[in-house]
Amino acid sequence: MPQIAWQKDVDAALGEARASGRPVLIDFSAAPA
Amino acid sequence: MAEFISTHFIPVKVHIKERKPVFERFGAQWTPTVLVVDADGKEHHRLEGFLPVEDYLAQLELGLGKLQFHAHHFDEAKRRFQAVCNDHPKAGGAPEACYWAGVAAYKGTNDAKHLGAAGELLKARYPDSEWARKASVWLH
Repeated sequence: MPQIAWQKDVDAALGEARASGRPVLIDFSAAPA
Repeated sequence: MAEFISTHFIPVKVHIKERKPVFERFGAQWTPTVLVVDADGKEHHRLEGFLPVEDYLAQLELGLGKLQFHAHHFDEAKRRFQAVCNDHPKAGGAPEACYWAGVAAYKGTNDAKHLGAAGELLKARYPDSEWARKASVWLH
């Protein structure tokens, strides 16, 4: 099953979004890792 | 679901114990909260609370539609909204998507027939939804 490559740094993700043209999906969680 | 997310988004997971300031920055008050934001950090869609997979996927597609709608890309927005309306008709977000599909079609063409068609569809398929009531003003 494919895994999601979740990032942890929102600002880095926003920079990647700017470069890729994709939006950012931010999942706020309290679940155990 | 993983493929859909990886294809369409840059995914970020923020844990409350590790990055509480990010919760405050984006106004997240509860978990799970999921946001669709653009590269400037502007929020276009918000989910609060757990959803089963089909509802969750429908909400993500709805978020993609709103992103396009807010950028005035009405044809692409309509396509995204219609995908939810047609492909996830039992999802909780489907009535909203059908509503916005009609609005996006109208905004893209300035033809009010799209509003009427959306109103008829909502009345027939989701008569008890608030979106059908919102669209009722489009019916003649």
